Amino acid sequence: MNPVPLVAVAGNPNAGKSALFNALTGARQKVGNYPGVTVERHVGKAVLPDGSPVELVDLPGAYGLDPTSPDEAVTRDVLLGRQKGERLPQALLIVVDASNLDNHLRFTLQLIDLGLPTVVALNMIDLAKRDGLELDARKLEEELGVPVIETVAVRKRGMAEVMGRLGALLTQPRKIRAGEGPASDLLTLQRRARQIAMGAIVRETPVRRITHRLDGILLHPFAGPIILAAIMFLMFQAVFTWSVVPADALEAATLAAGNWIGNALPPGPLRSMIVDGLFAGVGAVIVFLPQILILFAFILVLESTGYMVRAAFIMDRLMSHAGLSGRAFIPLLSSFACAVPGIMATRTIDDPKDRLTTILVAPLMTCSARLPVYTLVIAAFIPAITVGPGIGLQGLVLFGLYIAGIAGALLAALVLRRTVVRGGGGHFMMELPKYQMPRLTDVAIGLWQRAAIFLKRAGTIILATTIVLWALASFPQAGPGEKQSDVSIAGHIADGIHAVVAPIGFNKDISLALLPAMAAREVAVAAIGTVYSLDAGNEQGLQTLEQRLSGRWSLATALAFLAWFVFAPQCISTIAVTRRETNGWRWPLFMVSYLFVLAYFAAGATYWTAVAFGLG
Amino acid sequence: MTGPIIPLDQLKLGTRARIAAIDWAALGDSEANRLKHFGFDEDVMVVPLHLGPFGRDPLAVRVGRMTVAIRKAQARAIKVSTEAA
Repeated sequence: MNPVPLVAVAGNPNAGKSALFNALTGARQKVGNYPGVTVERHVGKAVLPDGSPVELVDLPGAYGLDPTSPDEAVTRDVLLGRQKGERLPQALLIVVDASNLDNHLRFTLQLIDLGLPTVVALNMIDLAKRDGLELDARKLEEELGVPVIETVAVRKRGMAEVMGRLGALLTQPRKIRAGEGPASDLLTLQRRARQIAMGAIVRETPVRRITHRLDGILLHPFAGPIILAAIMFLMFQAVFTWSVVPADALEAATLAAGNWIGNALPPGPLRSMIVDGLFAGVGAVIVFLPQILILFAFILVLESTGYMVRAAFIMDRLMSHAGLSGRAFIPLLSSFACAVPGIMATRTIDDPKDRLTTILVAPLMTCSARLPVYTLVIAAFIPAITVGPGIGLQGLVLFGLYIAGIAGALLAALVLRRTVVRGGGGHFMMELPKYQMPRLTDVAIGLWQRAAIFLKRAGTIILATTIVLWALASFPQAGPGEKQSDVSIAGHIADGIHAVVAPIGFNKDISLALLPAMAAREVAVAAIGTVYSLDAGNEQGLQTLEQRLSGRWSLATALAFLAWFVFAPQCISTIAVTRRETNGWRWPLFMVSYLFVLAYFAAGATYWTAVAFGLG
Repeated sequence: MTGPIIPLDQLKLGTRARIAAIDWAALGDSEANRLKHFGFDEDVMVVPLHLGPFGRDPLAVRVGRMTVAIRKAQARAIKVSTEAA
């Protein structure tokens, strides 16, 4: 059977390539990985005008075929038919930004030289007009020798024509001479690109560009950093406050469903497993979906507007003091959602030492998996009062935890750069793209993909560890007058851990939660949920976890627990991705050790201080 | 008429200038490559636009139709000449 024809979508960063890919494929996308490297592979299906299916692959944005990053290397290798896990594309769709032709045409010329059947999408033609630029697409077509189609991907303009041209190229048999593109040097290509661009411009009316005006404010020496801080603060307050209604609804629904099933089933191990294991455990984690989605929504919107790079620009100098570059800002900010994509995003950092340092400190950024832990403990122990207009104490504590993570990361980077990761570094080079309105469908597709990953985790890793933990915590059964968490197998394992963590104020329930939380941090919440649910027995029905918690822990213990989670490297996925990205066990092992040591002392210092202030 | 030739990091913000020369040897391989990718080349017009708020570094430069951020250490290798009015 002949595989479905493959079309590669290639172009410079910021050409609107992903928007075009989304417009052509809609929700029919799959995100995977290229084997051996951690570059995401986005493929989607589309239909040609004659009704036959075609597969599109969205290649990482690149400036040329001479890669300076692993992402760009994948783009080159796919186009030359050298990439493992990808067949050679039958056709090429090149996306160029209409208002940045002189630059984007250089890569286009390189790509056309590859000899694949090619269509060029002259994208964001509307923004070029807004900037006073009038282009002649036919002239461009003559110069390049391939079809050029005006598109506005975000409004789906020109999509049918693109598919039509691709269809025509794919049905027309043509010899492919890929892999033998003549190697012109960059500067020669650039000069030719500028000539062609000049020839295609019909008229240019100078206008004061919106981007220029916005940068005047957002990159202002005083206003810029204040606006950045305000956006970050708004983001963290939003995560806490906007999520309340949907999270409460989800919690109520899980409680109701758990109680309903509990009443419907006969008492026994099965009922206990479903109610105490499944609903109390997995349910406790699902409740945090709204917060995770709000956080991702912020990150996706900031990225698609073009603001994220400005944030990197503002932060570069400060990050350079910690031995990092502004480039590390985006991976580190993504790590607030999850360290795994954050660590993968370090591939855009071309300096290997800068990159390694960023990877090692990325787990200190407060990821969304910590949110379940933080919010649970904060809701149980920190009163919901306001300390200023629109500033809740709970939100403030959460903000403080984020700050602690950031400060920890900067300090760690500083120390690492002077000890184990010395040398290298010293540059920061990024394109500042035009500002754009966030593309709602693109944000929605991104959110959907993240939600699916989170729910898949909840359905697999978290479900499995929850059930194993439920079994360990349920057997042997407690006799009259005994506490279930004392007699069970899990209870005995926890005794061992407890001996180590007792000095830093952790009780036995926490010790019990720490081990399964190695799989993923949010499992700690699920684990505590399961244990308390079992201890409560059958007669009480389901209570919320906060209610159970607030009576059992001292404030000092709760604070120490929070401090522990700021640092502790409790996430198998992060350790695995670090191994992959650093090609070996040396750095992930180093990372795990230094973070556990930090976590232990941070929790200890918090506990001892709190006890000294009489909060024990 | 061209003005004196100065390094890009010493050009006043908002001043248009023409790149007279780039000291490629003063840059690392990947730095040089990236600058070429951004379109830095002799005879290209540049305008420094913004400075980072902390320590007046990095520098946002308009080059051709693109705005890019580079650190002053790299900007120093780019020599520009201002057009006399």
